[in-house]
Amino acid sequence: MKRLRIMTVCGFGLGTSLVLKMTLDEVLSNHNIKAETFCSDAETAVGQRFDLVITSRDMEKLFANVPEPVVVVDNFLSTDEVQEKAIPVIQKMMEE
Amino acid sequence: MLATYLTAEVIQIKIEVKDWEAAVRAGGQLLFEAGKCTSGYIDAMVRTVHEMGPYMVLAPGLALAHARPEDGVSEVGLSLVTLQTPVNFGNAANDPVELVISFCAVDHESHVDVLKALAMFLREEENQNLLRNAETVEQVLGAFSAQD
Repeated sequence: MKRLRIMTVCGFGLGTSLVLKMTLDEVLSNHNIKAETFCSDAETAVGQRFDLVITSRDMEKLFANVPEPVVVVDNFLSTDEVQEKAIPVIQKMMEE
Repeated sequence: MLATYLTAEVIQIKIEVKDWEAAVRAGGQLLFEAGKCTSGYIDAMVRTVHEMGPYMVLAPGLALAHARPEDGVSEVGLSLVTLQTPVNFGNAANDPVELVISFCAVDHESHVDVLKALAMFLREEENQNLLRNAETVEQVLGAFSAQD
């Protein structure tokens, strides 16, 4: 099964995206999904190697021209929202 | 962990501010007065919202304001400001904001544990409500020490 590289993104890659990564890690663990998760900043994010991006509405436009899927989350503390939006995408990608 | 960082000197409860910028400045000022950052860091926190957008309003009613380590940080710091009258940051999904948590980090690693403790605390809705409804600094301090 493919091990995905999932990137969370915020302005500097050290605050908001870190909180989102923590929420994501918890959701992945609840679903027994092993993936590589990491944070990135707005400036270097597009140049990173990743399979999937999870970020805020503000940052979505950075990825307008990348082929990888982008999941937009409003509440970075909500395991429910991250689960609802990201898990179907992740499960589909893992099956491919 | 939280009680170590969120001490009485870096907490202000139910302050009145005219807009989001004043709220962010109030949080930054607490970090500055605690010796965690330069006054230039406060300006950088405000500039970050202007330049990057209000993404740091990361949950309903809650903003995590910060700038970069290179904007003038002495050591890892956190502050908490709760607002008497909520203000809008321009984040349609999560406005208006009542809780502003500010932080300064010296690098990309040393604040990870305290931010994790903070995220775990805030994930419990009752903890967020406790912060929102607190009338005194002591009530907030009690919640943080109960977490540890």
